[in-house]
Amino acid sequence: MSQVRLMWRKSLNAVMLTLTGVAAFGVVSILFLILGYLIWNGGRSLNWDFFTQLPKPVGESGGGMANAIVGSLKLLLLAALIGLPVGLIAGVYLAEFGGRTFSFVIRYTTDLLNGVPSIVIGIFAYSLAVLPVKHFSTLAGGFALGMMVVPITVRATEEFLRAVPGSLREGAMALGASKWRTIATVVLPAASGGIITGMLLSLARVAGETAPLLFTAFSNRFWSPGWNQPIASLPVMIYTYAIAPYDDWHRQAWAAGLILLSLVLLANLGCRLVLSGRGATRSN
Amino acid sequence: METTPAVSHKEAPVRFSISNLNFFYGAKQAVFNLNLKIPANKVTALIGPSGCGKSTFLRTLNRMNDTIRHSRVQGDILLDGHDILQMDVVKLRRRVGMVFQRPNPFPKSIYDNVAYGLRINGYSGRLDDLVEKSLKRAALWEEVKDALHKSAFALSGGQQQRLCIARALAVDPEVLLLDEPCSALDPVTTAKIEELMFHLKDSCTMAIVTHNMQQAARASDFTAFMLDGKLIEHNETSKLFTTPQDPRTEAYITGRFG
Repeated sequence: MSQVRLMWRKSLNAVMLTLTGVAAFGVVSILFLILGYLIWNGGRSLNWDFFTQLPKPVGESGGGMANAIVGSLKLLLLAALIGLPVGLIAGVYLAEFGGRTFSFVIRYTTDLLNGVPSIVIGIFAYSLAVLPVKHFSTLAGGFALGMMVVPITVRATEEFLRAVPGSLREGAMALGASKWRTIATVVLPAASGGIITGMLLSLARVAGETAPLLFTAFSNRFWSPGWNQPIASLPVMIYTYAIAPYDDWHRQAWAAGLILLSLVLLANLGCRLVLSGRGATRSN
Repeated sequence: METTPAVSHKEAPVRFSISNLNFFYGAKQAVFNLNLKIPANKVTALIGPSGCGKSTFLRTLNRMNDTIRHSRVQGDILLDGHDILQMDVVKLRRRVGMVFQRPNPFPKSIYDNVAYGLRINGYSGRLDDLVEKSLKRAALWEEVKDALHKSAFALSGGQQQRLCIARALAVDPEVLLLDEPCSALDPVTTAKIEELMFHLKDSCTMAIVTHNMQQAARASDFTAFMLDGKLIEHNETSKLFTTPQDPRTEAYITGRFG
C-alpha cells in the first residue's frame, strides 16, 4: 500500500521535474534559435556598406541601411527626451508623495497604458501629430515611442524608490533637509542604478516597435535632415524589406534584425553589469 | 498619581521643557500628559519596555513624527523657552540633531556624509575644516582620515554609527537625540559611543532612548522611566536606580518585567 504510494509519488515527481525542465529549456532555446537564425541569415549580409550606405534603388543589389540606423537612434533620442522625464517625475510622485487612492488610480492607469496595443498608440500619435500638419515626421514618431516609454519608466522609478530604506529619508530630514531636498540628494542617487536600468530597458523595448512608426515616422529611402520629415527606422525597414520580392532585400532585413537584437541585448547586458557592480559596493 | 517627583536642577539650566504632552497616532494615544524638563549639557536617558512610547516621545522633540500621517501633538514643548511647534521645522532640526537605531549613512563618501547637513543648510565656509572637526568630535577621525572619499558603506557598523553622530554634529546642534544608538552594536563599540557621549556633554545636551538599563546607569545623568505612554518616574540616575520611588520603576529596573 505505502509502497505503491511511494512509487506513485516518485514517478509524479519525476514527471513534473521533466516537464518544468523541458519548459525551461524551451524558453532558453527560443532565444537561441532566433539569435542563431538571425546570425545565420543576416550575418552574411553584414558588411561595412550596411552601416555606411543608403539603400540602393530597386533592382540594384548591395547598399546599406545607414539612414535607418541613424533614424532609429534619432527616434529613440526623441522618445527618451519626451518619455523619460515624465516617467521619472510621475514615478517620484507615486513613490514619495501620492495618497493612497490617487496613487492607486495612477498606478492602475499606468499599467493599462502599458497594455495599450502599440498600433493604437500609433493611431493616436497619427491623429495628434501627423493629421494636423498633414505630413509624416520624425517628431511624430518620437512622440509615439515616447508615450510607450512612460509607463515602464514610471513603474521602474517607483519600484526602485520604494526599495530605498526609509531610514535614509529620516536621516536626511533629521538634518533639516526638506522633502524635495531629501529626494533629490539622497533618495534618487541611492536608487539611480535601478532607475537608469529601467529607463534603458524601456528604450530597448520601444527600439523594436514597428506599428506606431508605420504611420507617424513612416519611412524614407534617403537621409532625413532635421526633425520634420519622414524618417527610416530599423523595424520599419525590416518590415518593408522582409515582404519585398527580392532575395537581396530579405538578406538585408535579416541583417537589420540582427543589428536591432544586438542593440537590445547589449543594453540589457550593460544594465546587468552596471547593477551588479553597484550591488557589490553597496552590500559592503 | 502620574505626577513626577520634583527634580532639582541646581546647576543646570533647562534646555527642553515639556508640559502636558499628548501624542496620537490617529485614534491611538501613544503619549499621555507627559511633563519633563531636560537639563542642558546633561545626558537624559529614557527607559521603559518596548512600545511604552519613549521613541515616540523622543521623536516629538525634533518633530520627526510630522511625517507620519494622521499623527497629532498636543501640549507645549519649549526649546530654550520657545515653542518648537511654532518653529520652522528646518531650523528646529538644525538645532536638535538625531541619531537612529541602525546606522543610516547615505550612499555617499564619508566626507560627503559629514558635509551633507552643512551643504543643505547653505554653509559657505571651509567644509574641510568642519568635516575634520566633526569627525574628531565623534572620535572617528583617526580611523578614517586617509579614506575620506571612500564609500561610507565600507565602514564597520560601529564606525558607521559614529559617522552618523559626526554627521549630526557637523551642523553644531544644541541637542542630540539618540534613539537606541547602540542596539545594533557590540559591547566594545558601545563603550566607545558612551565615552563619546561623555565628552560631548561640554557642548551638547543629549537625550537617549535605551533598552539597556546598564547603559542608562552608566551613561546618563538623569533617567526617566516610561510605561504605557506615561512618565512614571524621573530623577537623577543614581537616585532612580538605587532608591526608586514608584513600585513599577523598581519592578522594571530589577528585571521583573519588560
